[in-house]
Amino acid sequence: MDNLQILVAAPVFNLQLLVDGVLIGSVFALAAYGMGLVWGVMRIINIAQGEFVMLGGYVALHAAGAGIPPLATIPIAAIVLYLLGWMLYRAVLFRLVDRDLFTSILATFGLSILLQQIANQVFGANVRSLDSGLGTLSFGDGQITVAEIKLVAFGAVLVLGAALVLFLKTSRLGQALRATAQNAAAARILGIDTDRVYAATFALNAGICGAAGALVAMTWIIHPYLGLTYTVRAFMIVVVAGLGNLPAIAASGAALGIAEQYAGFLLGTEFQTAFLFSLLVVILVARQLALHRQRLYLK
Amino acid sequence: MSLRNPSSTSPLRAAPVADGATRIAIYVALVALSLAAPFLFQGIVTQLAFLWLMILFALTWDILGGQTGYNSFGNVLFFGLGCYAATVVQRDTHLPYFVALAAGMGLSALVALLAAGVLGPLILGMRGQYFAICTLGLSIAAADLFAGWEFVGAGSGIVPALYPGPVDERNRFFYYVLLALATITFVTFRLLYRTRFGAAINAIRDDEDKADAMGLHTTRYKVAAWMLAALFLGLAGGPVAGLVGFVDPRDLAFAGATFGVWMVLMAVLGGKGTLWGPVIGAAIFHATQEFFWTYLFGWQRVAMGILIVAIVVFFPLGIMGGLRARWPQWFGEVVDEAARPARADEGGVGDERVA
Repeated sequence: MDNLQILVAAPVFNLQLLVDGVLIGSVFALAAYGMGLVWGVMRIINIAQGEFVMLGGYVALHAAGAGIPPLATIPIAAIVLYLLGWMLYRAVLFRLVDRDLFTSILATFGLSILLQQIANQVFGANVRSLDSGLGTLSFGDGQITVAEIKLVAFGAVLVLGAALVLFLKTSRLGQALRATAQNAAAARILGIDTDRVYAATFALNAGICGAAGALVAMTWIIHPYLGLTYTVRAFMIVVVAGLGNLPAIAASGAALGIAEQYAGFLLGTEFQTAFLFSLLVVILVARQLALHRQRLYLK
Repeated sequence: MSLRNPSSTSPLRAAPVADGATRIAIYVALVALSLAAPFLFQGIVTQLAFLWLMILFALTWDILGGQTGYNSFGNVLFFGLGCYAATVVQRDTHLPYFVALAAGMGLSALVALLAAGVLGPLILGMRGQYFAICTLGLSIAAADLFAGWEFVGAGSGIVPALYPGPVDERNRFFYYVLLALATITFVTFRLLYRTRFGAAINAIRDDEDKADAMGLHTTRYKVAAWMLAALFLGLAGGPVAGLVGFVDPRDLAFAGATFGVWMVLMAVLGGKGTLWGPVIGAAIFHATQEFFWTYLFGWQRVAMGILIVAIVVFFPLGIMGGLRARWPQWFGEVVDEAARPARADEGGVGDERVA
């Protein structure tokens, strides 16, 4: 807690933490939006969400290693993960639709361990990051610095979010997707091929996570074991913001990003993960107590 | 839902597979084999001791996961607390070894009970998926908190007192301690599942709202079931720490990616919600796992991931559940369609009673 004095003595550091938090939070929000999509349409909580982010990062890393400009690796990661998501749906996930939530949680948890261990074997356990080749902006005599890539990532998230909303609202598949989310049986009766919708939803989610992963590799670090932290972040954001409510998801993502920046700065990096998972427990308990109060009121 | 076993009321009772005498003979043979095992298989005493730990893990997971319908991914929390509590007592009290171990196990039990008693009312009110993910968060948060806490050695772990004797003797001693703990757990649950308590937690699993409406204090039952699981998990912490000789926060005490998932998987593999299912599942799983570790070195965790997905997706009923669906008469269930109670269509394979 020694750093608390720094924050009080030099308030400008707060601004630095806030800016960093909002920028990194936008990437969390992207993964959370994908999780909300799968949860809402397929009624599956995908624990392997973070592994898609991690794999997207590795795809970007290797594409850049092959000579592709770093920023162009973002769509490549999205496409590769889209295909992976499609294959995983055809192999495993289609069996989990309509099963109870415990089965899908445990199965996707197994999938997450599987992907994490394959990444560990194939890419090695080292912490890696991708140099975007962009510079750093500084404001206020160098007291606040913002890596340009973080701004680019923020912009990319805004563009992707807008594209997704447009896709869901206007396209034929997007409408089918929303119809399936509202009532799968009715959608089937009206001639929607829900199996195809589920496959598209899951693949789309994996693609979104892949893009997010490429951004994570450029703005932060990746290693095979960081998947679960992204899953938990996405889950927290969705629990707080609700499924598919994009402005609320963006706001919760920013809030989570800021909270993590402060926690990392004040508690030290060794408690950063502990903070994240404790926050998950606190949020769920708070939600439970709020619901319980409503239930008592109903009695 | 009838809470009685239909076999006790039906006139057309199918002959059980094993009659009383055979059943007793099987039990005696199992006990004799368990007692003699450390001398018969001297090279793998540690692995055999871990087999009993796995059986204990699967059984304690099943009381909440299978019998009550609340799937916890964080039961390893209590085991970890047990490991640390027992080791800290051994480190700081300077008592003779066995006294310190006993005192440590006592403290472990208290700490685990307390943790379940405090956390239970807060998070057992949650339903289904929220409970599952909350418990997952709890166990990982605990691992990271202990990995950053200097008093318990932080990330480099903590070393329990050294066993006063040769390694072989130590392994045998802890084998019998873990055997005793697993047996006590099994017998306790076997007796408990036949009481009103067992009926109540099964009612919660089958339809919690209905159970609530019938006047059961559902949260109390759930917390009690969780505390019982925590008690045995906490007790197992001290012996395992002594057997391994080193407590690592992430790889032993709060090993969510191994023990934490395995306990769920073993119960599902054997058949959750049955008494023998977790025992059989643990035995098969433990053998498979040792096989993977020996012959697939490096890729063993990949194989484990595939195994998890395969079991959950293709084999959700587990071994006992599958046998029960295929040959219900083995489980004392009425097979004559005409003699079936009228409401039998309500109960599918999902509502296993104690087999």
